[in-house]
Amino acid sequence: MSSNKESTRNVLLVSTLLCVVCSVVVSAVAVGLRPQQEKNAAVDKKRNVLLAAAIIGDDFEGDLESVFAAAGIKPVLVDLKSGDVVEGDPAGFDMGLAMNDPAAVIPVTPDQYMAGITKRPKQVVVYLHEPKGELENIILPVVGQGLWSTMYGYLCLAPDLKTTRGLVFYEHAETPGLGGEVDNPRWRNQFRDRGDKGVKRLRDDQGSYDFKITKSGMADLSSPHQVDGISGATITCRGVDGMLKYWMSDAAYGPFLKKLQKKGGLD
Amino acid sequence: MADKPRDVLTKPIFQDNPIALQILGICSALAVTASMSPTLVMCASVVFVVTLSNVAVALIRDRIPSSIRIIVQMTIIASLVIVVEQVLKAFQYDVYKQITVFVGLIITNCIVMGRAEAFAMKNEARLSALDGLGNALGYSVVLIFVAFWRELFGAGKILGLTIMKLDTENGWYTPNILMLMPPSAFFLIGLFIWLLRTWKPDQVESGA
Repeated sequence: MSSNKESTRNVLLVSTLLCVVCSVVVSAVAVGLRPQQEKNAAVDKKRNVLLAAAIIGDDFEGDLESVFAAAGIKPVLVDLKSGDVVEGDPAGFDMGLAMNDPAAVIPVTPDQYMAGITKRPKQVVVYLHEPKGELENIILPVVGQGLWSTMYGYLCLAPDLKTTRGLVFYEHAETPGLGGEVDNPRWRNQFRDRGDKGVKRLRDDQGSYDFKITKSGMADLSSPHQVDGISGATITCRGVDGMLKYWMSDAAYGPFLKKLQKKGGLD
Repeated sequence: MADKPRDVLTKPIFQDNPIALQILGICSALAVTASMSPTLVMCASVVFVVTLSNVAVALIRDRIPSSIRIIVQMTIIASLVIVVEQVLKAFQYDVYKQITVFVGLIITNCIVMGRAEAFAMKNEARLSALDGLGNALGYSVVLIFVAFWRELFGAGKILGLTIMKLDTENGWYTPNILMLMPPSAFFLIGLFIWLLRTWKPDQVESGA
């Protein structure tokens, strides 16, 4: 034990050395494992696209890549303002990266703040599910603000462009057990086609937006235009509610969905 | 601190359990125990962090100026936790997404720093490793106990295998939703402490 252990010199020396050693260890691990982590994230994204369209179940285990390849899912890069499919590489698109790239976003006008986001990507990748050459599902990436975090998910619509087929969240940091329940299958399966329990529709027959996530226990569950919120997660649910409203509006997917409807003669 | 190595390792498991006797590390015991598989990953992470942080602190204990010893311990623990987090992200992505918040919170788990400060600062590395391992195992015993009952009665499953078929899946068992909520862990930890103190009455605190 050195006699000058408590000297300022030693304090500085020990703390400097410790910081250097720890930071080398941490960075070595982070850099070394990054390729594997990125691969995981890419597979996870595909899993959620498949999950949104109910092509796989929640407990799917197996070769995701081959299921994804065989499912007939076509990623297309869409310019939101014009609603046109544009040239580009859909594979490299990541909603989280796009949201944080100043060159890739445009500001959201204040009257459209309902999703809690103040900017959105100019272009996004939409997945068209065409198993037999015909459009069966449209999987749209959506983003919105919850209580604590920005929530990233996929909304899956039927070809009528108003019936929901699924809603999943692949990234959020809401309170586990409360807001975090948005990705609990028990809650989000309300957005599925539930057979005799009916379906949920985001628009009414005239095509105007008509959908509400109510407070927990307040929804008229027989209505296709209401979903029960999560108890203890009012603000998160309000976020999801605003998020759906925003992304279905003319400021977001509106132009694209209209063109899709016209082009395919869908209903 | 004249304990034999064997005692250092085994004592914290039942005799001096960090959760049951010292009531430390309760928050993660509530949070991650809704089912077995995240619990096991959490336990493995805590075993790794406590053991290695104890070793690291013990190795440099003669060089750490006492004025900055807490922050030195924190830096070591935080670095180890980041390592665990990165490894999980690379090799156990699904579990990582479920418990990422709580893995980060290992940093603030009182058990880790408690052992670094109370034991590793005064003992040599090998003994400190055993102490860290023992305490982490003591923590794991409680977590696995809690998770076992919570998953069994909350979801009718053990490690994802159906034991009791749920009524929602045309079975007979109506799950106890309370078991899926964090507060149920309080009841189970309480039961665990009760059982432990019935077995080892010397742990009962005398009424003041």
